[in-house]
Amino acid sequence: MSDLVPGAASTSMKHESALLHVTGQAAYIDDLPVPRGTLHLVPGLSTKAHARIVSMDLDAVRAAPGVVCVLTADDVSGENQISPVHREDEPLLATDHVHFWGQTMFAVVATSRQAARQAVRLAKIEYEEKPAILNIAQARENGSPMVWRSLTMQRGDVERGLKAAPRRLSGQIEIGGQEHFYLEGQAALAQPGEAGEMRVWSSTQHPSETQHLVASVLGRPHHLVTTEVRRMGGAFGGKETQANAWACLAAVAADRTGQAVKARLDRDDDMMATGKRHDFLIDYDVGFTDEGDILAVDMVLAARCGWAADLSGPVTDRALFHADNAYFYPDVRLKSEPLRTNTQSNTAYRGFGGPQGIVAAERVIEEVAFATGLDPVAVRLRNVYGTGTRNLTPYHMTVEDSITAEILTKLVERCDYQARKAEIRAFNRTSRIIRRGIALTPVKFGISFTATHYNQAGALVHVYTDGSVQVNHGGTEMGQGLHTKMVQIVLREFGLTADRVRITATTTGKVPNTSATAASSGADLNGMAVLDAVRKIKDRMITFAAEKWSVAAEDIHFRSDGVHVGAEVMTFQQLAWQAYFARVSLSSNGFYKTPKISWNPETGRGRPFFYFAYGAACAEVSVDLLTGEHSIDRVDILHDAGQSLNPDIDIGQIEGGFVQGAGWLTTEELVWDGAGRLRTHAPSTYKIPACSDRPRIFNVELLENAPNREETIFRSKAVGEPPFVHGVAVLQAISDAIASLDDYRTCPKLNAPATPERVLKNLMALREKAG
Amino acid sequence: MRQTVRFYLGDDLCTLRDISPTLTLLDWLRDRGRTGTKEGCNEGDCGACTVLVVRLEDGRLNWRAVNACIQFVSMLDGAQVYTIEDLGTADAPHPVQTAMVEQHGSQCGFCTPGFVMSMAAYRKSEGASADEQAIDDALAGNLCRCTGYAPIVRAMKQAMAAGPDRFDAQVEAIVERLMVLQDGESVRLEGPEGTLSIPASADDLAEILLTDPEATIVAGATDVGLWVTKGMRRLKHVVPIGRVPELRSLTRTPEGLRIGAAVTYQDARVAIAELLPDAGEMIRRLGSTQVRNSATVCGNIANGSPIGDGPPMFIAANATLHLRRGAERRSIVLEDYFIAYGKQDRQPGEFVEALSIPKPAPGAQFRAYKISKRFDQDISAVLGAFMIETDDGGRIIAVRLAYGGMAATPKRASGAEAVLIGRVWDQDALEAARSAILEDFAPLTDMRASAWYRQTVAANLLTRFFEETAGHGQARLARTGGLAHV
Repeated sequence: MSDLVPGAASTSMKHESALLHVTGQAAYIDDLPVPRGTLHLVPGLSTKAHARIVSMDLDAVRAAPGVVCVLTADDVSGENQISPVHREDEPLLATDHVHFWGQTMFAVVATSRQAARQAVRLAKIEYEEKPAILNIAQARENGSPMVWRSLTMQRGDVERGLKAAPRRLSGQIEIGGQEHFYLEGQAALAQPGEAGEMRVWSSTQHPSETQHLVASVLGRPHHLVTTEVRRMGGAFGGKETQANAWACLAAVAADRTGQAVKARLDRDDDMMATGKRHDFLIDYDVGFTDEGDILAVDMVLAARCGWAADLSGPVTDRALFHADNAYFYPDVRLKSEPLRTNTQSNTAYRGFGGPQGIVAAERVIEEVAFATGLDPVAVRLRNVYGTGTRNLTPYHMTVEDSITAEILTKLVERCDYQARKAEIRAFNRTSRIIRRGIALTPVKFGISFTATHYNQAGALVHVYTDGSVQVNHGGTEMGQGLHTKMVQIVLREFGLTADRVRITATTTGKVPNTSATAASSGADLNGMAVLDAVRKIKDRMITFAAEKWSVAAEDIHFRSDGVHVGAEVMTFQQLAWQAYFARVSLSSNGFYKTPKISWNPETGRGRPFFYFAYGAACAEVSVDLLTGEHSIDRVDILHDAGQSLNPDIDIGQIEGGFVQGAGWLTTEELVWDGAGRLRTHAPSTYKIPACSDRPRIFNVELLENAPNREETIFRSKAVGEPPFVHGVAVLQAISDAIASLDDYRTCPKLNAPATPERVLKNLMALREKAG
Repeated sequence: MRQTVRFYLGDDLCTLRDISPTLTLLDWLRDRGRTGTKEGCNEGDCGACTVLVVRLEDGRLNWRAVNACIQFVSMLDGAQVYTIEDLGTADAPHPVQTAMVEQHGSQCGFCTPGFVMSMAAYRKSEGASADEQAIDDALAGNLCRCTGYAPIVRAMKQAMAAGPDRFDAQVEAIVERLMVLQDGESVRLEGPEGTLSIPASADDLAEILLTDPEATIVAGATDVGLWVTKGMRRLKHVVPIGRVPELRSLTRTPEGLRIGAAVTYQDARVAIAELLPDAGEMIRRLGSTQVRNSATVCGNIANGSPIGDGPPMFIAANATLHLRRGAERRSIVLEDYFIAYGKQDRQPGEFVEALSIPKPAPGAQFRAYKISKRFDQDISAVLGAFMIETDDGGRIIAVRLAYGGMAATPKRASGAEAVLIGRVWDQDALEAARSAILEDFAPLTDMRASAWYRQTVAANLLTRFFEETAGHGQARLARTGGLAHV
C-alpha cells in the first residue's frame, strides 16, 4: 500500500468537514437559509399516558398571535400513518386515543417558533383516562399484547442440558434504556414546489423512508418528494425512524399553507416524544460444570417496546442474536418478549438490542465465575467460540472467524490484567471506604441488517472534465466519518488528493431506494457501491486509454503522481478531458448487495451476518462505599476493525462508543413517574457522560494485521456499534469492587444503570449478607 | 438615562432599542445569521451555544465563556461578544480550531463550536495549564455525545502549547472601545414585550424596585433564563443588576468575606476557598464554567431553591444575608431566609445586597460533599455541608450540619446537632448523630434519588465527615492524582 495517495482508504485522513465544524460553518437543518415566509411548527403533546380524547379545544391556540393554522389528524390528506414497518399502529397525529405521555395530538404552525411555542400551551384537552401499562412487569401482569411476534432460537435440547448439568443456577438482570441525546435535536424543513412536489431537508438517517412516508401522508407518489440531508448533529439510531414524524408534519403544513415550514423540536419535547433504547428484563437459567464450562442456557428476554411496533421486532431479535456474545452454548433456547407499553415507542439505538443481549451473556459468565470461584476471564476463555468445533450459534450460523480467544489473551497481557487484579485485591483488603474493581470483557458483534433486503446500497459518481470528482451515495453522515471514508475510496482508486473529490449531501434524487444508515453497515455497503461506480468509470477510462495510446490495459495505473499509461504519465485531468472528448461517459452509478447472507425467522435459522467484528475491553474502577459513586480509573481496549479504512476515525468511534456505552450502564437513568410521565427529559435531569467521566487512563488500540476474512471494502470491518458494547466492562468492574465486601463469594447481580443509588443498595445488601 | 443597549458583536457596535428584555442572545445571534452558535438544550446544560463575553473590569479584560441560550441580550450592555464566526476561518484558524482538527476533536460537529469557544476562553483564563483536571473543569459545561472527550482533551493540550490568537494583538483596541461604552448611565427601554431597567447604582436599583416591586431581578439568568426558555413566562419588567458597582464588589474584611449580589461564583471562588477550602472544591463542581461565569452566589440564595448547592454550604459556615428595601437595610442569618418551599424572607421591593461569610474559628473544620448521578455539572441529590469545632479535650463546642435536597428548603439537621454538642467527636458520637439525622428529615423521592437513598447518604456523609476530621484523613473518590488509601 506504499503507493497510496495521502488520505486514501486504509490510511488516516481528517474528517471531511472538520474545518467546517470547528469554524461553525458546517450547516445543519436549522442553519440552512430559509425561503421567504418560512413558517414554524411546534407539536402539541399529550399529557396522559393512556386516554380517550373526549375533546380538543384549540380555539385559543388558533387565536394566539402569529398562528397561521393548527393541524389535527383531519388535516392529513393522505395516510395518517407513519409506522415504518407498516403495522398501521402509529398515527402521525392522534385520532381518538393517546397511547403515551408525549404523543403528538396536534401541531401549531406560526410565523415564528416562539409564537408557536407560546400558542401550543393554550390547548384545552379533555381526556378520559384509561389504565396505563408503563413497564415490563405491568405488561406481563396485565397480559399486554406484544408489538411483534416473539422469536425463539434453539439448538440442542435445553431442558435435558440443564437437567444433566452438574451445576445449575438461574437469575435475572434489569437493563435500563437510554436516550440518544444527539446534540442536534430532531429537525426538518419542507418546501412545497410546483405540481405537487415537496422538497424536504431532514435530519434523518433514512432519507428514503422519510421520502416514502412524506409521500404517503400527502397521498402522492414517491417521485414528487425529494429528501436531502448533508449531515446530522448526531443520531445513534435516534433518527432512523424517529425523524420521520417531524418531516411529515412539516410537509403536511407546507402543503396546507403553500409556504416552507420548519419543525425543529425543543429538547424537552424531543425527549418526551421520541423513542429510546429498549430497557430489558432478562431471566436466565444456566447449566455448567465445576470447571466453568457452560452446558446449557435458557433465556427469556423481555423488552419495554412502548406504544407502537416501530423497530422493536428486529431490535428484540438482535438481542437474541447477541445473547451468546462470544460464547458457545451447547444446548440453548432464547426467547424474546417484545411487550407493548404506554410509553415512548422505543427504537433503534447503536447496537439495536445487541448490547442488551451481550450484557445478559456477560452476567451469565459472571455468575458462573462466582459459582465456581474461577477468574471471569478464565471462564470466558473456556467458553468462547472455537475455530473448527464448538462454533455453531443459537441461530445455526457457523462462526467461521472466531478470534475472541486471541483478542482476550492479547489484552490480558497488554493491560497486565492479572498483576493489577492481584494489586486491587490487596488494596481492597485494607480499604474501608473506597473499593476498587477490574473486569475484562469481549465483544463479538454480527454485521449485516438481519432484514436481508436492507443489505443493498447505491452510489453515483461524476468525473468532470477538469478532473474533479463528485461522489454521492445512499448513506448519511452523522459524525461517524462515513463521508470521509467514501471520499477516501475515491482517492485510493483514482490516485487523487482530497481537494479534487467532493462529497455532496445525501439525496433521494441522486441515489434512490436506499437503506437506513444503520447496523454499522454504512461503510460496508456504500463503500462497495462507491467502489463499483468508481471502477466502472475507471474501466472506461482504461479501455479508452489502452486503445488510444495502444498500451495494454494492465499497464495503466492511477497513481499519486498521475495516470501511468505505459511509460507515459499524464494527469487525471488530462485523461478525463481526453476521454470526454472521445465521448466516453464519465459518470456512473454503483450498486452492491451483501453476498452469502440469509435469515429465516420462521425457522430461527440462517446466516444473518456476513461476518463478525470483535474486541475486548478492560476497565478498572473505584467505588465509594458510603454513597455508591464510582470513577473509571483506567480502560484498555483492543478492537478489531479489520484492515481499517481510516484508523484515526475508527479509534474515534471506539473511544466515543465506549464512553457512550459506559454512560448507558452507569449515569444515564430514564425515570418515569407513576402517571407515565418521563421525568428525565432534559440534560438537567438526564446525565450523559461529561468530560471528566472519561477514563483517567484510556488506551485504545486496533487489532493489528487482521484483514477481514470476507471480501469487504478493502478488507475493513464495520466499527459503529461494536465498540459501544465495551461499556459492559465498567458495569462488571463495579460489580467486582462490590464483590470484595464478602470476599468475592457472591455475585452481586448488579443491575444497570449502576447509578450511585443502585450501587449503594446493592453493596449494602451484600454487606448485610456477609455479616 | 440611556434608551439603548450597547455592546460589541465582533467588531460591530450594536445599539439596540427595540428588543424584548428577555430576548436570548442565542435567538438574537441565530436570527442575525450567526448560525455557528447552536441550540442543543436551551437550558444552559449542553454548552453548544457557548460564546465569549469579554468585559472590562478594573482596567483589564475578562474573557468568559457563557451559554448564549440563557443569557439575555439586555444583560450584555457594555460588553464585547465574540462568537465562533469571530474566532478564525478555514484559511486562518484559531490555534484551538487547528488543534481540534488535528486531534479529530469533532465527529458530528454540532457541539464543536461550543467546545471551541470554551477552549478559546480557557486559554485566556488565569493560570490556564495543560493539567487534565483543570481542562475537565473548563469543559464540564460542554456535552459531546460522539467522541468520548479524549480527542478534545488532547486538542486542548495541544492548543495550550500553541502561540497567541488574533485577539492578543487587539487587547488595547478592545479596552479602548469598551471604555467608551462605560458611560455610567442607567438604561430604560419600554416595549410591547416588556420593560427593561438597567440600574447603574444600588440607589437606582432600590428606587426601581420600590416603584415596581413586581419587577424581576436578573443577575446571571441561569435560573430566570429557564423561566423564559422552558417555562415560556413573559416577564413584564426585567432588571439586570450586573452593572451596579456596589453589588459587584467582593470584599475581604477582618471578619471574613462580603460578596455583593452581582458577584459570580467564578469570581468569588478563590476568595471563598481561602476561607473554606472544601467550599472552593465544591464550587468547582457547581454548574459548569459557563454557569459559574454567569451565576451569582447571591442569586443561588435569592431564588430560594431547595437544591441549590451554595445555601447549605453558607448556612454551615454561619453566613449572614444583607437585604435592602429603599433606604432600609437589614441583615439576617442565612438559614432564616428560607421559610418554606417557594417562600423566602424577602419583602416586596426588597433585594439581596450581599452575603457575608465569617472566618471559621481557629481549629474549626469545614467540609462540603455533593452527591449526584454525574460527578460534574449535575444538580445534587444530596449536599451535605458541615462545620465542627472542638475544644482541647476534643469536645464539640460548635457544630452546624446543613443539607440541601433533604427538605423543602436548605436545612440544618438540628436533632443531630443537638446530639453532638458537648460530646467528644468520636465513633459513639458519630453513631448517635447518624441515628438522630434519620429523624431530622423526611426527604422526597424524585428522578434524582429516592427518599431511602437521601436518608442513607445523609447519614453516611456524617461518617465521611468523621473520617476526614477525626479519623483517617481524606475519604472520598479522587477523580485525579491517585486514590486516598483509607
